[in-house]
Parts: sequence; structure tokens; C-alpha cells
Amino acid sequence: MDLSYGPQYDTYRQELRDFIERHRDQAPRNAPLKSDPAKSWQKLLIEHGYTARTIPKEYGGHGGEPDLLKAQIIGEEFARAQVPGGLGGQGISMLVPTLLELGSEEQKRQFIPPTLAGEMVWCQGYSEPNAGSDLASLRTSAALDGDEWVINGSKIWTSTAHLADWIFCLVRTEPDAPKHQGISFLLFRMDTPGIEIRPLVDMTLAPNFNEVFFTDVRVPKEQIVGKRGEGWFVANAILGHERDSLGDPNATLSRMTRLIELMKEETIGNERIIDNPVYRDRLMKIQARVMSLRFNDLRVLSSRLNNTDARLPRMISKLQGTELRHELEGLAIDAMGETGLMYGASEFLRDGGSWQNQYMYFLGLIIGGGTSQIQKNIISERGLGMPREPKFDQSTTKTN
Amino acid sequence: MDFGLSELQLSMQENVNRFLDEEASLDRVREFAASDHSLAEDIWTGLVNLGVVGVLVPEQYGGLGLSAMDAAVIGECLGNHVTPVPYLSTCVVAPRAIALAGSDAQKDEYLPKIADGSKTIGLALSEACAARGKNGASVRDGKLTGTVSFVSDPHADYWLLADRDRNLHVIAQGAQHLEVKVMPQVDRTRPLCELTLSDTPCDSLTNDGANVLERVLDVAWTTLAFDTLGAAQSMLDQAVEYAMNREQFNRVIASFQAVKHMCAEMAAEIEPSRSLLWYAGYALDEASDDAHLHACHAKAHMAEVGTFVARTATVVHGGMGFTDLLGLHYWFKRIGFNRQYLGGPEWLREQAAIAQNLAA
Repeated sequence: MDLSYGPQYDTYRQELRDFIERHRDQAPRNAPLKSDPAKSWQKLLIEHGYTARTIPKEYGGHGGEPDLLKAQIIGEEFARAQVPGGLGGQGISMLVPTLLELGSEEQKRQFIPPTLAGEMVWCQGYSEPNAGSDLASLRTSAALDGDEWVINGSKIWTSTAHLADWIFCLVRTEPDAPKHQGISFLLFRMDTPGIEIRPLVDMTLAPNFNEVFFTDVRVPKEQIVGKRGEGWFVANAILGHERDSLGDPNATLSRMTRLIELMKEETIGNERIIDNPVYRDRLMKIQARVMSLRFNDLRVLSSRLNNTDARLPRMISKLQGTELRHELEGLAIDAMGETGLMYGASEFLRDGGSWQNQYMYFLGLIIGGGTSQIQKNIISERGLGMPREPKFDQSTTKTN
Repeated sequence: MDFGLSELQLSMQENVNRFLDEEASLDRVREFAASDHSLAEDIWTGLVNLGVVGVLVPEQYGGLGLSAMDAAVIGECLGNHVTPVPYLSTCVVAPRAIALAGSDAQKDEYLPKIADGSKTIGLALSEACAARGKNGASVRDGKLTGTVSFVSDPHADYWLLADRDRNLHVIAQGAQHLEVKVMPQVDRTRPLCELTLSDTPCDSLTNDGANVLERVLDVAWTTLAFDTLGAAQSMLDQAVEYAMNREQFNRVIASFQAVKHMCAEMAAEIEPSRSLLWYAGYALDEASDDAHLHACHAKAHMAEVGTFVARTATVVHGGMGFTDLLGLHYWFKRIGFNRQYLGGPEWLREQAAIAQNLAA
């Protein structure tokens, strides 16, 4: 066992720390999408290779060699400094990797550079009112009419649809094919006639989500990634990317550090919360789990570097990472008691109200990106080799 | 950067597991449980031949001189097979304590006998961590007086005892004024006893007992956590196998989501714990500043996960899990023993808080 990254990486880490300290003031705080501070921070990070590091220069990335340890160090250091790393969002975290893997050369050149620069914002059109956990049963249709797809149907849980320039969207193009083989992956502009967006306010009261309705939306036929009917395969290439990024242990570790401070500040009666053995025990329980997931992450990294098997540690990370984070945020609220209820534009907030916000937000993440229950299906079937649920059809429901 | 078991550790585990599969089956464990709990000579001799018994004894005394992490991953195999041998005491804690706190003469006296398997050493350390009741032993004129409980291995040749001042001593079986009373308990793979001492002769380890005690307890906690990890993994494996074979409603019960999700939850708890334990073992060997903190967390957290797995895996087996017929309860009780022995999770979490200056 050797947990050192080696001297060249120690240097790299130190340079990054210096960079963050030097530029900390330029880091955007809650800057709107496409705003100048957000774009110039992104530009600075790409220049220095702290985001879009391995994406080729011709597509607007930094053009660095793949290096898992550098990527790890970047994640660790930005989380540690509590300074935003590069831009996220579904365009950058999901569409760009997909296009790099499966897009045409023309699509890469057209879409990746403005997306990375923060000038082109995307939303993801996957889930539908009747296609959630069973995503492959989606019904939004696209029929070819001349040189155009004509799209009808609706999507739900569409984050940032109201701000997005484009959508990457799963549609049914082969209605007679088996459900997984009848789907295609289309890209189109959100200002195309026939698109209606209705905000869907979530429990945090932030307008994070939308419903999106398509009525005879006409899209040039070449705006497809992969071939007709391959959309399920294309989408799954990036669902993996999303799952890996939910419940990031480095971010959880930063929250843990802050939680300990908070518990030293808050009091109950005349006692600091940290001095109360009941709260302290809960904190220690959570700390052990935060550590466990951090080392689990290290184990996944190590397995990638050394080509060893870490299927199970990877499969459990979304399930455990999101559940743990929700619990950690909940402990902070309990530590504050009634103060923990403060929300919105309240002068009584602690930490800008982030604990309530994240407590609720992570409940959303427990559900989104494959619910905890779906994760347990995956772990038991692919990790433990247990059989799938039998198909529900007439022959199994008949009584003899 | 390599966060995983070494080739050597993997091959040691393979060898130990193969031996235990063949020579320390559940039938053999049952035999031990029904016996007077004297040493299982056949299993012990096999472990001596594999070098397991001398894993932590320095090479100059005839052992392998390996690391705490190496010893812990062997402990994982023994937990996996609920093996009834005095491994934690004789092979891990005693050689560590004697190597650190013993004089040269004491090392010459004990370490070779540990390495060749000819003598066993039990542990009388429970009064030094999370002590229950008012028991304890004190030194007067170089002799020990008092009562110590939850002492491992009633048939051991010696015991390693921590007195009220946290200094360490070796007491011999059959010493003058020594009474040994068995304490029947739920896990019959690791027998316990109570020692009553009245001016009982002892061999006091001469070098700084208290500081050494802290260090050997970290090793003990980590090794116990690995024992639970092995036992928990076995329970999950047995649960999945049972569910794949047991049919109800014309299907194997492994195809029911209720059963699958219980198994997924067990795996989801075990895997991150494994990573935590690996780090705890690594930190011990590196003597890093956070070794004590991680040893506390490893034992406490693994105890919680172990308890969850023990009850869940039993439930997956339905009524059979509750019977003696299947013997699943040997693992259930092994995990239960490891949870309480040398400090339960609540006490250890408090030690973790103290280690971070979050509690006094």
C-alpha cells in the first residue's frame, strides 16, 4: 500500500494551492450562467488545466494528457478550499463526454467549444411523466418528415430548461422496435417553435426543474448522435458519468469540516453542542462514514490506476454518497434546532441557509440520477449476481 | 499510489482460507464449542505451519516479522471462518506488547515460544478500556492483587495483564495464588474467564507499559474490526447463496426485490467499511498521527455495520437462520463478541472525539 502520489504530484498540488490562493477573489460566487465572472473564471481554469483538462485544444479544452491523479488532486483541492472548480451543468458533465466518445467530428467542433466556454447552456431531456426509473419506456416521439424530425411529447425534471440554449433529448424513433432499441439521441435548440417550458418548483423553492412540452417541433435530421435506434446506448455512456459525480466524497468532507465548526459555535442551554455527548456521538458516527466513503473513493481511483477490480465500491458510491450527505446536512439542522429552520431571505440564517437547502437538495439527489432503490437493484444484480425481477405478464399472474 | 492489498497479503489470505476451508469447517467449530475450550491443536498446528502464528514476531525470534496490516488481513480470514483460536491474543497483541515493552530477556523468554506455537498468551486488558464494574489489579512488591474479568483464553499458558496504572505484566497459568473462573458467554469460539489474584507472582514488562498499551490497543481494535469484516462478508455470501437456492412462490427468493435490497444494503455497508479498515491498517504501519483515530473509528464503525449485517443476513435465511442446524449463529455471535470486546462503539467514538480534541 502506498498512498503518496509521488513528488511530481506533490509539486502539482502545491502549485494548484498557490493558484487558488492567488485567484480566490476572482472566483464567482453564485454568478448566473453566462455571466462574465462565470465565463472568465472558466477561461482561467481551462488555461491552467484545472478544468476541461484532457479535452483537446481544438475543442476548447486544455489538451492535457489523461492523468487520474491530477484529476483527483484538482477535485480534492477545490473542495478543500471551498472555491468553485470549473463550470458544471449537464452540458459539460454529460453531453461533452458523450460527444467526445460518440459524436461526429462536426458535432464535436460545433458544440464542445462554446459549451466548455460557458456560452452554450444545455438541458437534458430524458425523464418523462411516465418514464422515470423505467426510462426506456419513454414515449416522446420523433418521426422523420423529409429532412426533419418532427417531435411530439413531453419531458419532466428538466433542470435549467428555462435557461438552456439547447437540449440533448431521448426520443422514440422506432415505435415498432423493442423498447431499448427504438430510441434516438437528438440535439436541438430550445427556441425551436413548438417548445413550451413550464417551471416545476421543487421543495427547496428554487426553480431548478421544468416540464417541457413538444408540439410538432421540427429538427434537422442530422442533429442526431449515433445512429437511429442507438440512443439508449448513447445515453447510458453518460449516465455512468453522472452517477460518479453525485455524492462526491471530497465535497462531503468539506461539509464535515464545517459541521464540526458549527457544532462548536451553536449552543443548547449554556452548553456547546459539541460538548453534548448525544450530538457528539452522532457526529462521530457520521465522521466514520465520511471517512469510509473517502477511502472507498481512493480505492476506486487506485483500481483505475492499477487495473484491479473495484466494481462493488463503484456501484455503491451514488447510493451511499447521497444518503450520507442528506444525513450530514440533517445533523447540522438538529445542531441548530429552531435556528436550523431559518430559510429564504432571513437575517437569522447560518451559513447562508445552506444546511436546509442542501438537506432538501440531497433528498432530490437520492431520487434523481437513478433512485436509491434502482441503485440497490444494480448492486444486487450486477454486483452480487442475483436474478432480475421476473417480467410481469399474463402467464405469471393467472391462477391455476 | 496503490490503495489495496499487496500480492503477499492476497496470497497469505488465499493460503489461510484454503487451509481453513479444509481443516476448520463449521463441524470442527461446533466440536470446539462443545468441548472444554482447550486449544484446538489441529487447527493451531496448521496455522503454525503456515507461519500465521508468528506473523508479528520479529524474525530474530523465529517469526515472520510482518506488519500489523498483514496480521489484520489474516484476522479477516479467521473471522470469515469463525475459527476458534487465540489469534488476536497470542499472535497479535502479545508479541506486539512484548516486542515494544519487554526487556531483552523477556523477549528471549516469550517471543520464540509464540513463534513456534508452543505457548499461548491470553489477554487481561478489559479493565484498561471501557472498564465495567470496579475490577482491576494493582502491583504491590512486584506481585499482583485484584480481580480482572473478561480475560481471554482460560487455557492459555500465560496472560498479558494491564494493571490499574496501565502497566503490563505476564502471568503464568498455574502461578501461586491465582484462581481462574470460566465466564460462559455467547460466542463459544472465543472463551473468557475471570482471574482472581492475591499477591500473585508476575513478570512485569519493564519498558513504559502505559504508552505501549495505547499502541497495542490500536492494533487490537483494528484486528478485531478485520475479524468482523471477514465474518460479515461470510454472512452476506451465505445469505446470497441461500437466497439463490431457496424457492417460494415458484421462484428463488433471490429474485424478490425485498430480498435483493437487503443484500444490496449489506454490500453497500461492507465495501466502504473495508476501505476504512484498509486505511486504519495502513496508518498503523506508517505510525501516522491519525492511526489512533482511525483505529477507534474502524472498530466502532465495523461493529455497527457488522451488527446490521448479522441481523439482516440471518433474516434473509428465514426460520433456518434462527436454527442451530445451519450454524449461522456462530457468525452472528462472533460479530456480537467483537462489538463489545475491548470497548463498544459508543465508548470508541468518544475516544475518537477525544483524539480530535472534541471531547475532554
